[in-house]
Amino acid sequence: MTELIDTLNSLARRLPVWPVYLILALPIPWFFYQGLNGGLGRDPVKGLEHLYGLWALRLLIAGLIITPLRRELGLNLLRFRRAIGVMTFIYVLAHLMVWAVLDVQTLSRVWADILKRPYITIGMAGFLCLVPLAATSNNWSLRKLGARWRKLHRLTYAAALLASLHFIWLAKGFQLEPLVYAAVILALLVYRLPHKRIRRRFLPG
Amino acid sequence: GLGLAGLGQAASAQEALTPNDYEDITQYNNYYEFGTGKGDPVKYAGSLTTTPWTVAIEGMVDKPGDYAFEDIMKAMTIEERIYRLRCVEAWSMVVPWNGFELADLLNMAGVQSGAKYVAFETAYRPEEMPGLRFPVLEWPYVEGLRLDEAMHPLTIMATGIYGKDIPNQNGAPLRLVVPWKYGYKSIKSVVRITLTDKQPPTSWNRAAPREYGFYSNVNPDVSHPRWSQADERPLGAGLFARRQPTLMFNGYEEEVAGLYEGMDLTANF
Repeated sequence: MTELIDTLNSLARRLPVWPVYLILALPIPWFFYQGLNGGLGRDPVKGLEHLYGLWALRLLIAGLIITPLRRELGLNLLRFRRAIGVMTFIYVLAHLMVWAVLDVQTLSRVWADILKRPYITIGMAGFLCLVPLAATSNNWSLRKLGARWRKLHRLTYAAALLASLHFIWLAKGFQLEPLVYAAVILALLVYRLPHKRIRRRFLPG
Repeated sequence: GLGLAGLGQAASAQEALTPNDYEDITQYNNYYEFGTGKGDPVKYAGSLTTTPWTVAIEGMVDKPGDYAFEDIMKAMTIEERIYRLRCVEAWSMVVPWNGFELADLLNMAGVQSGAKYVAFETAYRPEEMPGLRFPVLEWPYVEGLRLDEAMHPLTIMATGIYGKDIPNQNGAPLRLVVPWKYGYKSIKSVVRITLTDKQPPTSWNRAAPREYGFYSNVNPDVSHPRWSQADERPLGAGLFARRQPTLMFNGYEEEVAGLYEGMDLTANF
């Protein structure tokens, strides 16, 4: 096990980061192409909207799992977290654009839905949480903000909670899939609570 | 009742409709007994045994009993009805159904004078319906109509689509079609029809009474609490399909508005 982790770690150290951006970006045009050509079933608008949203949620989870992977298994993928975070934002943006442009189609209705429909309000709030994170995902901001950068990036937790609630709320009836995603996200957030308290107790300052 | 003139208008309104293709109609379905994904029913509904099939007609009828599907078909006149289908999720299709008027079936069983409502029930087969393992709704699926809605000439029991036997995912071997109501009222794979004097429970109303009423008439002015019902996305027009305005009673206002005269449709949604 340790050997495997060591191999993976050294591999991760040598791997450039830019292919991660590319690989994570490729499904965006691919899904769109499928939507144009009947590959997303009989309702391509909903299909595309759902796929972009689902991938955004999966990337949120991928970003949140990096810390427990490092702490519990010693697997260090920290180098790729920024790429995952930036691509999460891109997927949420794509999800939002499909919803606004291809699904709702009218700007006044988009606005009305954000104000009137709680599950959309929540989804929008989740998106807004990610905006400052995307804007500060560069080295300059990191240096400039210093310790505040880490605090700011805890908005990810809020975004993840809002996203999972958004998914549960939009489903008709009591459906399993959104609850599974919510459970995973909740577990990853709860994981962060005791660690902090324990560290505070043993490592003052 | 509805005069000949009314039927003539219904027929002429139908001529203007272009049905969706067979694939749209048979590969994009809500039939939660086979899963909540739109593609689940076509994937999993093959396991449903539809022969033999009997429909129990019970309650306030002169001739209660189990009616074999073949006997029903022998007694009924099958005709084509091209109807709009408006899902509560704000998408729509046009479906060329084959079927018979529900009134004919109810008259065959002999409706007693005190009956006011008709209750319907879908087959409950855990071994054939994988979706029943999940408590998405309380099973079996149940629906209901007021007697005058059930006896309306637009209300049919469908047994076919495009002249072929109705596929399992669309509610084989026979399902209700009430074209002026949201799709979920049109209960699939019916095994029981009960005439009663009390308003029967309906599945979606039981699950979320704030969102789904007993009547569930298509109404662009009454939004679903989570989305607008003012317009709809017609299915089958691809990624860039324009939304179209939703019509009052799904375009059947002339024929059915009389059923609800004097009723507050916002309260009785």
